[in-house]
This record gives sequence, structure tokens and C-alpha cells, in this order.
Amino acid sequence: MAKKKDSVVMHERDLQQVSAQQRVMQGVVKAFTYLFLGVMALIVLFPFYWMIISSLKDLAEYRLNVPTLWPQKMVFYNYVEAFETADLAQLFLNTAYVGIVSTILSLVITVLSAFAFARLEFKGKDAMFAALLATMMIPGELFTITNYATINEFGWMKTFTVLIVPFLVSVFYIYLLRQNFMQVPNELYLAAKVDGCGDLKYLWKVMIPLAMPTLISITILKMMGAWNSYVWPRLVANDDAHRLITNGLRNAFTTTTGDVNYPVQMAAVAIVSAPLFLVFLFLRKYIMQGVSRSGIKG
Amino acid sequence: MVDSKHQWKAWIYLSPAIVLLLIFTVWPIINTVRIAFLEGYNALEAAYGVQFQFGLGNFIKVLQYSDFMTCLKNTMLLTVLTVPISTILALLIAVALNSIKPLQKFLQTIFFLPYVTNSIAIGMVFAAMFNIIGLSPDGMRAESWGIINNVIMFFGGEPVNWINAQSSYAANIAVMTIYIVWNALPFKILILLGGLQSINKQYYEAARVDGTPRWRVLTRITVPLLSPMLVYVVITSFIGGFKEYSSIVGIFGEKMGPVGADLKLNTMVGYIYEALPEMNYGVASAAALVLFGIILVVTLINLQVSKKRVHF
Amino acid sequence: MKVVLQNLTKIFPSRDKKAGKEVVAVNDFTFEIPDGKLIGLLGPSGCGKSTTLYMISGLQKPTGGKIFFGDDDVTELPTESRGVGLVFQNYALYPHMTVKQNILFPLENLKGADRMPKAEMLERAYAAAKLVQIEDLMDRKPGEMSGGQQQRVAIARALVKMPRVLLLDEPLSNLDARLRLQTREEIRRIQRETGITTIFVTHDQEEAMSISDMIVVMKLGVVQQIGAPQEVYDNPLNLFVAKFLGTPPINVFDGTVKDGKLYIGEEAVLDVPGVADQEVTVGIRPEGFVLDENGPLSCKLSSVEVMGRDVSIVSKNAASLNPVVRSIINADNKVDASKEYVRYTLKAHKVFIFNKENEERIYF
Repeated sequence: MAKKKDSVVMHERDLQQVSAQQRVMQGVVKAFTYLFLGVMALIVLFPFYWMIISSLKDLAEYRLNVPTLWPQKMVFYNYVEAFETADLAQLFLNTAYVGIVSTILSLVITVLSAFAFARLEFKGKDAMFAALLATMMIPGELFTITNYATINEFGWMKTFTVLIVPFLVSVFYIYLLRQNFMQVPNELYLAAKVDGCGDLKYLWKVMIPLAMPTLISITILKMMGAWNSYVWPRLVANDDAHRLITNGLRNAFTTTTGDVNYPVQMAAVAIVSAPLFLVFLFLRKYIMQGVSRSGIKG
Repeated sequence: MVDSKHQWKAWIYLSPAIVLLLIFTVWPIINTVRIAFLEGYNALEAAYGVQFQFGLGNFIKVLQYSDFMTCLKNTMLLTVLTVPISTILALLIAVALNSIKPLQKFLQTIFFLPYVTNSIAIGMVFAAMFNIIGLSPDGMRAESWGIINNVIMFFGGEPVNWINAQSSYAANIAVMTIYIVWNALPFKILILLGGLQSINKQYYEAARVDGTPRWRVLTRITVPLLSPMLVYVVITSFIGGFKEYSSIVGIFGEKMGPVGADLKLNTMVGYIYEALPEMNYGVASAAALVLFGIILVVTLINLQVSKKRVHF
Repeated sequence: MKVVLQNLTKIFPSRDKKAGKEVVAVNDFTFEIPDGKLIGLLGPSGCGKSTTLYMISGLQKPTGGKIFFGDDDVTELPTESRGVGLVFQNYALYPHMTVKQNILFPLENLKGADRMPKAEMLERAYAAAKLVQIEDLMDRKPGEMSGGQQQRVAIARALVKMPRVLLLDEPLSNLDARLRLQTREEIRRIQRETGITTIFVTHDQEEAMSISDMIVVMKLGVVQQIGAPQEVYDNPLNLFVAKFLGTPPINVFDGTVKDGKLYIGEEAVLDVPGVADQEVTVGIRPEGFVLDENGPLSCKLSSVEVMGRDVSIVSKNAASLNPVVRSIINADNKVDASKEYVRYTLKAHKVFIFNKENEERIYF
């Protein structure tokens, strides 16, 4: 490592050529990157595209041996038929009811619990919080069996209650919100106490506004959860009066292969997917934030 | 903070959560374990006051039952296929996304789109894409081969009976793998891209000064620095894989298999749900515990392996 | 390897598109860095010194001008082909690799004819480690080492491929005061031993003065002065350079030149023959004061700080632009701290006068 002037890295090279080569190489890599991303994006988008154009074709065109990539004649009656076949209006109402009620109740419970864990002192707080977190490790399927028996016992089968109550508490949301609350300086709470501001007022005036982004994330994910839930509703409330949208969709179109009227099915799928897309379009930021912190779907 | 005499306040705030958790989380854990060890526990008989023996009968029944082994095999196969494929693909996409500037946000949004879909609904779209209409008995002609087969034929390949009656197991699994990977990508890309963006840019500048080739930057710098995120993604997708259920319902319907082959693609979670309406709680509980055991073991193995390789 | 910068300019487009203001980070920088020297780029933050360094490394592309290594025009050459070693401010050691792996990393990247057998790589890595005296730490990870040790590893990693030019970005800023002293000597030693042309960036003038062969003082993208440290200190070209160099900093006064005499307040403190009558800014180095009961400059005494070898006298003067006037005199001079006033005569070569408008030096 003594004095050594000749560099190993640089032999006699045509510098011009090196830099030109490097630039070409960079261009090739860049082009390849975009090509790869473009192809993957097309693959990701294709099902959506197929869903929409199929729903706009008439059955004869859909069945053409070589499928058309754009409807020759655009028709909309598939949507009308889908709406009637699956009784989508009823399903929408059911789902909206369950979604809204469970979201509101869940928010109240989550906020109160998170506040207690973040700001109040009581015996066994830490132990209880740890126990709560531990329950997150256990797969939900383990609960389903006994819960099925429990609600049978309660006589809640085929009610809205059964769709709302068992899943009101999400340990993860409590955890998320508690972390959020903890970031609010405790001095604010003490100052509020000095000013004679009660807990609930403080919660409402200070904590909730500060934790708004998290609360919005929770709201969206909870609503999406209601919209997409399938297993539990099918198990416990699979009747016309209480059926939720996903289950209803699956129920109305039981056959998926063979000679099926796909344009109508695709129209139904498009209708069911539309609200999700709208939410995504306008509230993408909150969804992505919530998801990247949670890793829990729905 | 707050005087101890105000402790009751905290308990009031917590009471709704505690009550609900006791009924719908804590009790089920205890009860499921209890039931699993009661020989042949059945809700109907229990209602009539039948007493059940303590024993391992339910577990033996589960493991001996051939349907359960089918479910186990399907679940394992799908997990083993989809976890590496989706993770590697997500990693490549995330790295590519991270390396570009124009269109980055736009493409990121597109790649996240499948996340906000309903897995049953989009499963139906996939089914439509793979479906064949009017297949002749000799399998040579069809009224419409469906869009996927048309693409394959366009590139000079042979059409495949993917999901229709008499379709092969390999074809079914291929379709499920494609769908599950498609479904799993957005979450993984989001997490991995987040991880990539939090890596200090200076490591890459240092690598550039040293003339590090691209693939070496990926394997020696990016992947090791991303390893905590990768482990997280792999563990969650293993867990998700073992709980696979609704994506199969999406494509094959509640029969969990192609026409004429019901339950051919049933999974472990599907098996548990099958048992419920028949009040076979004992068997279902045992199956759930087996599932939990498998997930636990796989997660522990994952953590063990990563301990040696992951830089935290 | 000499490094030549020719009209080097870097303009950053404005971040705020509406405002549309460009930022000129480096403006028309021309300088020939002689082979085998240690050069300090010095200036307050935002003066363009780091940008200059990054342009030499190739991580940033200049907007205008050229860079030569020896006779090769490397302006368009990508970083990896320039053969530079760069030590980052926070070292950028790969946290998941051991010290040995970190040092080996650049060598493992070499391709084709440059590629060497594994044994030679190891030999080189150990030689580099020995040079910076970390050969006992080869199996540690960066997280398990002190800042000073990490700094050495970073230098070893930059040196192992025998760069044509070694670049150091604020090499001492993340170290505590004691380590800083030690490490800067170390950098000087390593540079001498290897003979590699080395350029480092710092905002700490003491650091730059103490080890550089030459310093470049920059302000707002414009080079103010280039020269050997002592020369720049003794002969600042403008007020900025005079103020930037030296601890304690130079004392600055409002002054007037009249009839070849320099006045501070009412007192004619120095003869300045040949300078036209005008208002000026006067800079007096702390060591430029001589205690003299009959001296022309009188200051109100505030306190006397004994610092062993020297005594620092803190006083006030109405014409001073600094809050206090600080002079440093030999401790042999007894100062009566109870006195109300001190009087000084000035050493002419420690007094600089500057044009009040453009702050350029006025010579006398």
C-alpha cells in the first residue's frame, strides 16, 4: 500500500468510449426497467379491463371464438340484468348498514380503549396490553368455531347483530391508535386537567383531531372489510334478508365455468367493485398508509 | 398522571373492548382447545347433555381422514408455489419502481390497485378469462377457448383446459397460483417499496463510486438491507398462504373444485368451515389447532433461518 | 495525479417550480490541484464545497466547465470509471458486512483485466487496514465500532482500490473533539504515506488550516481565495476570508482613513501611507495587539482570561463591529485586571483594511 501511482482501476482506455458505452448501457437498463414495469402493469390491469369490456358485450359477441378486445356493439342491459338477478340493491343496503354501524361502534370502542392505554394509569395496564397483543398472533379461524357455537347459543343466527358484534374490537387498531395517542405530549393532557377540561372533552377536542389520519385509515379499512367479508357472513347469515354483498354475488352466480352468461356476471362484479375503486381513487393515501402499517387485509 | 381513585374510569373506557374480547376471543381460545381434546365432540349431542371422553381422537380422525390430507396437500402446494413467486416478483417490481422517477407514482398506484378488490369478485373475472365455452367431448374443439387460451394460441401454443370439467390438477393449481400471486403483489410491493425508500441513498452512492455492477448492488446491498422487510413479507405471506380459502371460492365457487370434482381444491380453512354446519366442532377444533400448529412451526422456522441471515 | 477544474459551474433548478429561481451552487470554479497534495475546501454551509466534491467524484454532473484528472478529461466519465475514492460524511459503511467485507467490496467489483485473485484482494485489504490501523477489527460490523474506527474503515475502503484521487466529505464532523484532533493528524499521515492527491471538505477552518497543503475558501458558490493556509491567513483578499479564518476570530472595526492615517473612533491608530481618504472596515487579528500604556487605541477593559501560555484580554470599543474586542498577548505581560482601560499599539502586518462597499482588501 506504499506509494503507487499507477491505478489498477484505470488502464489506458479511451475515456470517450467508456463514457459513451456507459451512457448506452444506462439507457438500455432504463428502457428495460420501463418495459418490465409496463408489462407487469398491463398484467395487473388486464382483469379489470376484461371485466369492464365483457360487461359491455352482448352474449353472442362474448362467445365469439376469437374474443374482441373492444365491444363491437356496446350494450348496457347486462348491468340492469345483473342488478335484478343478484338483487344487488338489497345487498348494497345490507352491506352499507352493517358497514356503517360496525365502523362507528368500532371507532368508539377503539378510541376509548386506546385512550385508556395511552393516557390513564391503572393496575395491570402493561400486562393487559401485552395480553391483548398476544391475541393478534392467533389465526382467526381458531375463534370461528367457538364463536359459531356461541352465537348459536345466543340465538343470533341470521341477524345483523351477528355480522356486527363479534368483530367490533380490533386489537390492531387499538394498538395503532394508542401509538398515535402516545405521540401527543402528556403536558397537553395535564394542561387540560388544570383548565378543568374533562377526559371526554379533551379526547374529543385534542386527541381525536390529532389522530385524524389514523382514524380515517381505520374507517376506510373497516368499511372495506365489511364490503369484502365473505366467510363469516356466509356461515351465519346466509339468508335473503341479511346477506352481504360478496356472499350475495357468489350466491347469485354459483357456476363459474362452462356455458355461463359471463357478461351479466362481469357487470355484477363491476358494480360490486366500483365503490372500492372510488374509495381508492379519492382516499388512496389513507389506505396505503393504513396498510403499510398494518399488513392486515380488509 | 391520574389519581388511583380514578382507576375505575380507565376500566369503564376499556369495558366494551374487554367484554367483547372475553366473549369472542379469549373464550374461543380456551374452548377450542378444550373441544379439540374431547372425543367426538358434537354440538347437538352436547346439547342433550352427552359427556365426552378426554383424548386425542379428534386429531387422529383429522389426520386419518383422506379429505384432510387433500386439503393439506393443496394448501402446502399453493403456499410453496405462491410465496417465493410473489415475493421475488414483488421485489423486482419494487426495485424497478424505486429506480425510476417519471411515472413512479402513477405505476405505484396501478400496482396497488388489486389490493382494494374483492377476492371473490375478481376471482370470478379470472374464471371468465380461463373458462372454455362448449368444449367438444374429444377436447379438440370449443365454441370459445376464452381469452387466455386465445393469447396462448396467438403465440403458437396449445389451448389448455384450465378450470372446466375434467381439467387437470396441474392446470387448476397453475390458475390458482396466478390468481393468488396477482392478489398478493400489491401488499408486498407497498411494504418493500417503503423499505427501499428508507434505505440511506449514500450506500448506493458509495457503491457507485466503487463501480459496483447492478446485480451486485441488488444482491449484496439492497437485499441484505431490505431483509427485515423481506422476512416480514415472507412470514405474513406464509401465514396468508396457509389460510387460503376465499380466492379458491372466487374461481371455483363454493364447491371448491371444477365441475364434477367437488372439493378437489379444498384447503385447510375450507375443511374447518365444512365441519361447522354439521356441528362436528370436535373435529373442526382439532383441525384448527393443527393449522395453528403448522403456522406456528413455519413462522418459527422462518425466524430461525432469518436470524442467521438478516441484518436488523 | 493533478486535478484540474476549469470554469466548473453547477446550477440546481429551483425546487419550487412557481418561484422559478435557480440556485447557483458553484460558480465558475477554476483551479489546478497539484499532484500529491492535500487540499481543503473550506466555507460555511451552502457555499458549494460539497457540490464541488461530488462533481469531482462524478456523483453530480456539472452544468458547465470541465474536470481533468491529469490530462484526461473526465467531465463526462461516470463515477465508477474515474478511479476516485470517496469517504462520506456519515461513512456509508454497509451495516450488514464486516469490516473485511466492506474493505474487500470495491475490489470484488473489479472486472476483466483489473480483477485480481482472492489472495491478492485479501492482501490488499489487510494492507489498507494496516495503514489506518484497524487490522484487529476486521471481523467486526460497523455497528459495533466507535465513530473514529468507522471513519478509518471508510478511509481504508476508499483507499483499497488505490484511487487516483481521494475525496473526503466533512471527514471529522461526526467525531468528538478529542478524536477529531487525533484523526486529522491521521489523515495527514495517510495522505503523506500514499501520496494520493486528496481533497477534503470542511466548514471548520481550524481543521483545514492545520493539515492542508492548500485551502480553497468558498462563499455562496464563489471561490474567495486559494493558497497555503498561512498565506491565506496572513493575506486575506477580502473581509469574508479574514473573518472566516482564525480562532479567536478577527476583530472588526469601523474606521476612517484620512491623510494617510487610519482612525478608529477619534484615535489615529496606524500609518497607512498611500491610501486615499475614505471610510473603511478594519480587521485586526487578536495577536495584532501590543499592550502599551501610551498606545493610541484605548478599549474599556471587561475581563482577562489566562490560558497558560497566553492571556486573552476582553475589552470593548465603541467602533467595534464585534460585541467585544478580543486580544491575545503573551502571558509574560502582566495585565492589571482592575484597571478601567487598556491601551494598545498595533502590529501593522496584523491589521487589514477593507473597502466599505465591496469588502475588498485595501493594501498599504
